[in-house]
Order: sequence, then structure tokens, then C-alpha cells
Amino acid sequence: MPIVSYREALNQAMREEMARDERVFLLGEEVGQYNGAYKVSQGLLKEFGPWRVVDTPIAELGFCGLGVGAAMGGLRPIVEVMTWNFALLAYDQIVNNAAKLRSMSGGQLHCPVVFRGPQGAAHQLASQHSQVFESTYAFVPGLKVCVPATPRDAKGLLKTAIRDEDPVVFMESEVLYGTKGEVEDGELLIPFGQAEVARDGGDVTIVAWQKMRFVALKAAELLEREGVQACVIDPRTLRPFDLEAVLASVARTHRCVVVEEGWPWMGSGAQIADSIQRHGFDDLDAPILRVTGRDVPMPYAKPLEHEVLPTPERVVEACRRVLYRSP
Amino acid sequence: MRREIHESFVRRNGHDVHGEELTPFSQRPAAHRPEKEFPLERVLADDGSADLARSHLPQERLLPLYRLMVLNRALDERMIQLQRQGRIGFYIGSIGEEATVLGAAEGMAPQDWIFPCYREHGAAILRGLPLAKFLCDLLGNAGDLMEGHQMPCHEAFRPGRFASISSPIATQIPQAVGAGWAARIKKDDMVPLVYFGEGATSANDFHTGLNFAGVRKVPVVFVCRNNGWAISVPRERQTAAVTFAEKALAYGMKGERVDGNDLLAVYEATRLARARAAAGEGPTLIECVTYRMEGHSTSDDPRVYRPAELVDPWRKKDPILRLKGHLVWRGLLSESEDAAIRDAVAAEIQAALREAEALPSKPPLESLFDGVYAQPLWQQREQLEELRSAVAADPRVARLRGEG
Ligand SMILES: Cc1ncc(C[n+]2csc(CCOP(=O)(O)OP(=O)(O)O)c2C)c(N)n1
Repeated sequence: MPIVSYREALNQAMREEMARDERVFLLGEEVGQYNGAYKVSQGLLKEFGPWRVVDTPIAELGFCGLGVGAAMGGLRPIVEVMTWNFALLAYDQIVNNAAKLRSMSGGQLHCPVVFRGPQGAAHQLASQHSQVFESTYAFVPGLKVCVPATPRDAKGLLKTAIRDEDPVVFMESEVLYGTKGEVEDGELLIPFGQAEVARDGGDVTIVAWQKMRFVALKAAELLEREGVQACVIDPRTLRPFDLEAVLASVARTHRCVVVEEGWPWMGSGAQIADSIQRHGFDDLDAPILRVTGRDVPMPYAKPLEHEVLPTPERVVEACRRVLYRSP
Repeated sequence: MRREIHESFVRRNGHDVHGEELTPFSQRPAAHRPEKEFPLERVLADDGSADLARSHLPQERLLPLYRLMVLNRALDERMIQLQRQGRIGFYIGSIGEEATVLGAAEGMAPQDWIFPCYREHGAAILRGLPLAKFLCDLLGNAGDLMEGHQMPCHEAFRPGRFASISSPIATQIPQAVGAGWAARIKKDDMVPLVYFGEGATSANDFHTGLNFAGVRKVPVVFVCRNNGWAISVPRERQTAAVTFAEKALAYGMKGERVDGNDLLAVYEATRLARARAAAGEGPTLIECVTYRMEGHSTSDDPRVYRPAELVDPWRKKDPILRLKGHLVWRGLLSESEDAAIRDAVAAEIQAALREAEALPSKPPLESLFDGVYAQPLWQQREQLEELRSAVAADPRVARLRGEG
């Protein structure tokens, strides 16, 4: 299978969908001439022309609103936000408009639009450039939220998102753009709400997505040295969420750790822990623990930033605790 | 200080870094004279006469539009009464602004989408929304097109290409631009019309929507209903600009300022703006100068911030009286015919109300979960099951929860 970067995988998804369906078009800051702030739209302007690859003025609220209107007008817009940090300005269009249109209009109108861009910490970009907003969007009924970790998931989920009839918030990761992996050529559709077992094991379940999938896999390697087999489950989409896959694993391991990059209080991990205890209480032999980013705005200084983000060591430590093991 | 440096630079060089001839700041004329450049366009004179060479509204449309204006007014008055009687929860209407609402909608083509603010019920009715259906929305009953999901006066009507009304001020503006962009990509002959109040021009959606439309010459018609008030905030507190139309200049588009109580003028400006947009000449911002004669909505009492003396002069400029004067001037309407129209309109509203109130008063509980997604997720399915079993276990639950 071809080895492709996360960035190229996203590019393939958009290129294939734009070629397949004339209604699909891309708009955002720097997506045309510049090929995207992170070069995700490389070559698309040349291939599809300025009508379908649209450089917009700097106005997140405005061009996300444009996407909502274009979707109402029968197109399938992909709106690229330079990062989700700046898309806070567009929260009103996404939450108050896109998410509610179908329900508000009694099903008369709907809004098949994809809002995509990177989120999360890169390297030393401090508090206004390092935020994880998946939970704030997954909170909203009417939205679907994708959090792909691998190039294959990036492509397969984006193609599904573009064809979806509902508005999709598609979270990418700056530090994952350059990572590589096997990706099928051509058609690849990964259904929403289908978790992937990134690593199987019977001793403890670790739920982790996007960058945290790799932190969890690293932790699993370290645990293996201690004779502990961790099962790493990547939900891939936070809404819809594949609770069944998580419960099935917990039924085997009886222990669970949820890892997320974002802030702890009211984070997605809290909801996941609640759902596990509600549906799988009898399977649990220990409280569910969470490993999260620290409850602070992201600092700039390197050692401080490192201290904020979940590390494999912190995940190992949490797993030991749910296993009642000392180091 | 900066000015002095600049002026000495100009004295020495006579031109700026771009090579343009410069006048020292102190001698520069005011950039422009908005009152002169954006005069209030009118077609109807106070005495009802009109220069018919300037009006292209087909004569046979005059009486139907007059009737619609009368209907719109009577509807607003009746609904305000109903709200006071506690029969509906909330109402927001367009008393005094009917010519702006209907003139602009009439100026568009039937295939054009309308992106309303929240006072354009007249335009929805013009586009074929049955009156009884509109009332079902206010009642939130089983006949409500919005399935009881949306607040009163926030109707959507797809068959009439009337988009969903969005409460946050100005959000419909960039959406309309997006729909215009979609039409251009699809090569559809469709020009969206978007309405908003003058208060909305302070919102960032206004700026981003008009800016993009200007830059890309998107076909769209922007209609600013300048009714003088944003709840209690007068238009002078909304902008220091002399007119709203002049804002078009900065976006590189055509601006128009028309008498918003003059149906013929609003129609004319909109018709021409639509034609320009369809011909690829880009968008137009039309400021319709009108007046909000009543409170902002049924939740508002304007007497606490607006003295009656301010409103009185506008009573003489009532858009319905203006059009009536014109119809009389043209010999198209007599007093007795006018009285007959008013009676017929009142009867129509009464009949529609009877029709709407005859429907079951509540939408089915289960419709609660409709339309959250194209297909419900397990969260909605789980909650629906929960609701069903609660109702099955104890019928009182259904009553408590609103059914039965
Ligand atoms: C974003 C936002 N802020 C505040 C409000 C509350 N609000 C409702 S109507 C209104 C005044 C709007 O005035 P204007 O745009 O002039 O329209 P008009 O009501 O006069 O037709 C305000 C502030 C709102 N709906 N949305």
C-alpha cells in the first residue's frame, strides 16, 4: 500500500471528492495561491480553479457563514480554518446556525458543510495557538466531530465527512501533518462512530485519540516491559462515539484510562468515563482514571509546555494505579 | 506631529511615495458629502402622485401588493393582541415597515432565495406561505412547519425559498453571500436578497459579508431596513456615518438610499440591484429609510425610551397611506373598495386563525428528536427509547410531559 503523509492524505480526500462531485468546493484563508497555511490544499487551485478554491479575506465568522449559506444553496463546502484557535470567531455560525438549521427549520433546510483545520499544541506556540476544542464542539447536538490520528483515518474520515448530510467539525493536528502511513489509493470511506483498536491487549483499556493515540501506544510499549498488555482504542470520531467498542474492551480488561490533550474539567474524557460507568459498572474492577492536559493556558517555555501535555509516563502511571501495581 | 511631518514631506516632494499628487491634509476637502451623494430616492410624492416614467412596477401588481401590506399590518395588530391574551408566546412584526419588506421582495425573481431578518413575514406570505401555516408556527402546534422547534416569528419556508430565520443579529448576511457564491458556481440565475436592520450594520457579520461580496462581486442584494431603532438604541448610536448607504463605498459596491415607506421606490431600487447582480456587476447595499412605529417586539415597551413626539411625524408617512394615496390618484381604489379590502383581510386572518387553532395544540413528543441529524445518533435513539418506556409505564407521564 502507498505510504502517504497525513497532509497528503487530506489533500487526496479533497481532490478526489472535488473531482467526483462538482458541488464540493474549498474556501478559507490562504487555501488557493498559497496552497494552505499548512499546504493541505497543495495544487487544488491549479486543478479546480478560483471558483472552487477560494481565498477569503481574514474573517472566520464571515467565511464560515459563507459556507453555511453555500451549503443551504446546494453546495458541499469545505471550510478550512487556519487553526481552530481562530475559529472561535466563527463559533456562532457553527453552533448557532450550522448545527441547528435542520432542527430549527423542521427539516426543511440542512447544512452539509465541513469545517476543517488543525487544533492542539504544536511546539512552543503558547496559549492562543495550542488549544484543543474538540469537546466544545462534541458538546453540541447537530454537529459531528472527527479527530483522526493516522493518514489513513485522515483521508477516510474526510471523504466521509464531505459526503455527510450534517455539518462536520474536522479536527486535524499540526504536528501530525508530516507523519506518514499506509493509505489506500482512491476510494476510502471510514464510517463515523467506528473505533479502531490501535493495539490489542487484555490487561487495561486505554482510550485515546489524535495525538494521544501515539502517547498511549508509547505507554503500552513501556507497560509491555512490565508484563502488562494494554488495549489502545482510538474512537476516531467523538460524535458519534463508538461506546460499544470501548465497553467490549473494558469487559475484558475491567480497567480503563482515558487520555486527552485538552483541559480536564468538562472534557470529553469525563463524558466517556461517565458512559463507561453507566453502561459497564459491573465490569469495572477499579475507578476509571483520566490523563489530560493541565488546567492552565498553555505556557510558552519548553519545560513548562512539556509539563502541561500528557506523556507516556503519566499514562503508564495511571495504568499502574488502575491495576493496583507499584512501579 | 505626524501631520506636520507629512505636510513638510508634501511641500518638499509634491507627491507621496506612490507618486500621487498630494494636497496637504489641512487643505483637503471632506472626503464626500453623503447627503448629496446618497440622496433619499423617492417615487411617490406626498400627494400620492408619481412620475410614472420612474416606476416599473406593473400596474396589475399594485392592488395585490396594497392588499398584502394591509394584511401584514392587520396580522401584526391581531398577533400583538393574541400575545397580550396569552394565546401566543411572542411576536415581532413590521408595523410601519411594510413597504420596505414587500417592495424589496417584489423586486426579486421567484427563484431568488430570501434571507430574512425577523420582520419579513410579509415577504414569506408573498412567497406563498399560507397564513394558517404561519399561525401554526406562532402557536407551536401540530401544524407547525418547524415542528415546534423554533421560536415564534422565526419561520422557514422552503417552497418559497425563504431561508430559516436566525436569532443572532446579522448571521444571515454572510450566509446570503454564500448562497450567492453557490449560485455563481452552479451558474444558476439566482440572486439572494438579505434583509437586516440598521443595528446589524455594527455586527462583524455585516462587515465580513459585504467585504467578501464586494471583493468577489458576488450576486446579492443587501437591504438595510433603517427603522431608526435597535430596540432602545437610536441609529445615531449605531454609527457616526451620516447614512448607511455610504458604507457601500468602502466595500467597493453600489449604495442606494431610498424612502423605505415608498413601495415604488423600494421596488425600483431592488429590481435594478437584482438586474445588476444578475449581469455580473456585483452586489448593492440599499438603505431603506423607514421607522419602527411600535415596540421592538411584544417584549418591549418603547415608551420608556422613546417620546411619542418622535413617532408622530411618521404617522403621516405611513407606507400604507402613501400607497393608498397613490392608488386613489391613479383611480385604482375608492374608499369603499379600500374598506372592502380591510374587511376581507380581517376575515382572512380570522379564518386562518380558526384553521390553525383547530389543529392539535401540541406537536407529537417524539418529534423532539427529529432533525438533530439526518439520522439520529445513539444519544437521540437512547433518549427516545427512554421517553417511550416512561410513557408506556405510566400514562400520567405523557400528560406531565405535555401530551394528552
Ligand atoms: C448577536 C446578537 N446580539 C444581540 C441580540 C439581541 N437583539 C435582538 S434584536 C436587537 C436589535 C436589532 O436591531 P436592528 O438590527 O436595527 O433591527 P430591528 O430590530 O430594528 O429591525 C438586539 C440587540 C441578538 N439577537 N443577537
